[in-house]
Amino acid sequence: MDKPIRVLVAKPGLDGHDRGAKVVAHALRDAGFEVIYTGLRQTPEQIAKAALQEDVNVIAMSILSGAHPHLFPKVVNLVRAQGQEDVLIIGGGVIPDSDIPALKEAGIAEVFTPGTDTSDIVKFINENVK
Amino acid sequence: MAMDIVEELLKGNVLALSRAITAIENEYDNASEIMAKLYPHTGHAFVLGITGPPGAGKSTLTDKLAKAYRAQGKTVGIIAIDPTSPFTGGAILGDRIRMNSLTLDDGVFIRSMGTRGSLGGLSHKTADAVKAMDAFGKDVIFVETVGVGQSEVDIVKAADTTMVVLIPGMGDDIQAIKAGILEIGDVFTINKADHEGADKLVREMNMMLDLNGMMMDWRPPIQKVIANQGEGIKETIENVTNHFKHIEANGVLAERRTKRTRNEILDVLNTSIGKHITKNLVATGDLDKYVEQIKNHETDPYTVVASVMKKMLK
Repeated sequence: MDKPIRVLVAKPGLDGHDRGAKVVAHALRDAGFEVIYTGLRQTPEQIAKAALQEDVNVIAMSILSGAHPHLFPKVVNLVRAQGQEDVLIIGGGVIPDSDIPALKEAGIAEVFTPGTDTSDIVKFINENVK
Repeated sequence: MAMDIVEELLKGNVLALSRAITAIENEYDNASEIMAKLYPHTGHAFVLGITGPPGAGKSTLTDKLAKAYRAQGKTVGIIAIDPTSPFTGGAILGDRIRMNSLTLDDGVFIRSMGTRGSLGGLSHKTADAVKAMDAFGKDVIFVETVGVGQSEVDIVKAADTTMVVLIPGMGDDIQAIKAGILEIGDVFTINKADHEGADKLVREMNMMLDLNGMMMDWRPPIQKVIANQGEGIKETIENVTNHFKHIEANGVLAERRTKRTRNEILDVLNTSIGKHITKNLVATGDLDKYVEQIKNHETDPYTVVASVMKKMLK
């Protein structure tokens, strides 16, 4: 068996809804990934630090509060600054389509909005992880 | 990889420590070399094993104990092991949820590991991850794992002091003998002590420990704890410290470490030989040939192994 892909599933910001993140975490586990789940209300600093200690291949963030334009890029910058150039960073949650180009510009590899099939997330990770 | 992992790790580079553990876990080609170079820098850390049934509060307790050690000025490493699904090979590693307040403390390094199946040499990999943290300079290293089954017991045996965490309401005292936890615990912690049945459990555990026929010069203490409220943490740390002082003074620590080194050599040896032979058998096509012969009743696995051994190990 190949070495499992390690994914940090994180909930930045203050919203308390992690149903979506948990569904994704389960789907990723069932796809054979090692999912590190850190729980609710994480600061970008906490997420970056966890990604560093866990040496993950992927960071998957879920956010429903609308703070994504601020928090997602911040995580990207922190993660890159600590030398993790190759980590694939993706986002999901309630994110207006009009915000997506800017997030991608900021280094979010892909954004998955409500209604996404979890198998699409698995496929994207498998195809894009370095 | 551009950076020199060992050099950077010894300088205190957290990413290097993280990558070293990945190399160990994934059995990258450079893992042996990394371990060989780190080895001279190990042997300073105190290793505390924490085990107990799922939901006993091991992670919460680890979080609180880690904070207490940090308050003493000690640096902390934590290896939190969760089971890998035997069906998909995936895992949800959720121990960090209870340790979020430690994340931003630079004196703490937390690493989650999946069990990745029993054939993966988990105990050996865990021991190496402990050594990487030791070489990095961590003073106290926690190894936290669900205490069920042989591989978990093996992991915990790699610790200097082993703490067993129990909670009331998990069944009668027979469960305790059944699981073999009486023998493995140096220190017992009854968590969620505000729940019904805690005193009864303490009584039963005391009786079991008194009945334990082994010639022991250390009677494991039992401490009631309410981890999420921080109650009993100070006493637990004292119990752990007392145990360590005790085994340090009476030579048991040296004995344990000698035994560990012995197991380590044999473990690495067996794994390497096994891997070497397997690789060879697969590459030459001999394995398929043998399978075919056995299927045709021309030979049997024992004869095959005997001839392979003779050929490879002369």
